[in-house]
Amino acid sequence: MITFNNVSKRYSNGFEALKQVSFELNKGEMAFLTGHSGAGKSTLLKLIAAIERPNTGSVLVNNLNVSALKSAALPYLRRNLGIIFQDHKLLFDRNVFDNVLLPLQICGFDHRESCKRVRAALDKVGLLKREKADPIALSGGEQQRLCIARAIVNRPSILLADEPTGNLDAEYAQEIMNIFKSFHQVGVTLLISTHDAGVLRDDQVRVISLKQGEIQCATSALTTATESA
Amino acid sequence: MMHLLTQSLTTLLTAFRRIFASPVAGFLNILVIGIALSLPTGMYVLLQNAQGLVAQMSGAPQISLFLSMDAAQEDVNKLRRQLGQHEGVANAEFISRALALEKLKESTGLEDVISGLGNNPLPDAYIITPKQTDAKSLDELRNALQRLPAVEHAQLDSSWAYKMEALLEFARVAVLILASLLSLALIAITFNTIRLQILTQDDEIQVSKLIGATDGFIRRPFLYFGAVQGLLGGIAAWLIIATSLLLLKAPLATLSQLYASNFTLQPLSLTDTLSLLLFSVYLGWLGAWLSVGRHLSRIAH
Repeated sequence: MITFNNVSKRYSNGFEALKQVSFELNKGEMAFLTGHSGAGKSTLLKLIAAIERPNTGSVLVNNLNVSALKSAALPYLRRNLGIIFQDHKLLFDRNVFDNVLLPLQICGFDHRESCKRVRAALDKVGLLKREKADPIALSGGEQQRLCIARAIVNRPSILLADEPTGNLDAEYAQEIMNIFKSFHQVGVTLLISTHDAGVLRDDQVRVISLKQGEIQCATSALTTATESA
Repeated sequence: MMHLLTQSLTTLLTAFRRIFASPVAGFLNILVIGIALSLPTGMYVLLQNAQGLVAQMSGAPQISLFLSMDAAQEDVNKLRRQLGQHEGVANAEFISRALALEKLKESTGLEDVISGLGNNPLPDAYIITPKQTDAKSLDELRNALQRLPAVEHAQLDSSWAYKMEALLEFARVAVLILASLLSLALIAITFNTIRLQILTQDDEIQVSKLIGATDGFIRRPFLYFGAVQGLLGGIAAWLIIATSLLLLKAPLATLSQLYASNFTLQPLSLTDTLSLLLFSVYLGWLGAWLSVGRHLSRIAH
């Protein structure tokens, strides 16, 4: 589903965010992307959505070389991805419902169908009762869930989440992780970046670990657990 | 198709809402556009009216040929033949000096004075109706006729109308220049309004792009806003002109009565009104398009 072939990314200020990164994520697979801040996690996710372009190597999504996509084709790539941004990127000039509605408006959905989908998405993240609220009035955990609702309302086959549990306490973080797991169970491909090792505790999922832009290990959580034992 | 229509309608409503969201600023913008458009359009209306007036007063051009006082009957006959053969002459009407005197008596009522003159001071004359009525051929014909023997003076009766026509042509170009400059101003106004709007909606634009909005989707509401603002500006211009014409009506009626004319100002025709509105919509749209285009090219990701 997602393939990186010797991908390197150097920013214009000379910072080398990724060095020769190669890995493959299969359809329906759920993986965590770990590493300290600055290890290149965000950059890697941005390359998948073609928000950034690699200097060398290629990024394939659904067998499509996104690193070579023309900018006119980018919108259609992004409509197949659900992205949960590190800084949420919620719009504070509209209520919860309209925030989730935006992706459907962009895709040109029928209004009635859109309303149904928005409510379904809000229900999934437990925000259905807050649909009229302003995002600013939501707690950190609720804002994060709103962000997830917006990412999934389009029913994408791939979900990318950048530090979705970043500023949340353990309880909230676990809640968010449970939501992700439920998507995993229905066949969505997930790539979740986190620097919080806590959430990985007892999960038997794959971990891709980055250190200074290089892949340290790309094994399953199970093997990692066995190695450390 | 149906869906596209409802989406366009929603966007259009949003455009109206945005204009009325800040009523004072919106009103001022529309007023500025209205004034900018009403200046050249108003001058255009005056020009159209002046042109109508000139056409009404000049009628078909004629050339009066006055023969010299000492022209003999023989010369007159010879001239008649020459005029009959001249290719530029459609018709030549002979007015003898006696007939001319009679007409003068009738039309002026100066019978006593003229009777007291003793001998007739008027020359024989021909009234020529030319075939070609454009300024150049008229002038050429007049010069040709002037050179004929026994002709003392050839006068182009409507030459003042042609001078007026030339003056109007001058004014037309001036209006065109003014219109072009003020159109640029209108584009600039829209450009700036949209730029300010984009700044307040930068978050929405960025997020929309990140979750799959095409440039067209982002551009559309701004284009509609520019077009709607242009349309309202065009309507304002029309109202300004209509009001001005209404105010000018009474003084003009008095003036025209003094000149024993029944001249009235014609308002903008339906075609001109539609052109004005379409043009203002287009300029607003263009200003918005340039503004959004510039912004989109800056956020390339």
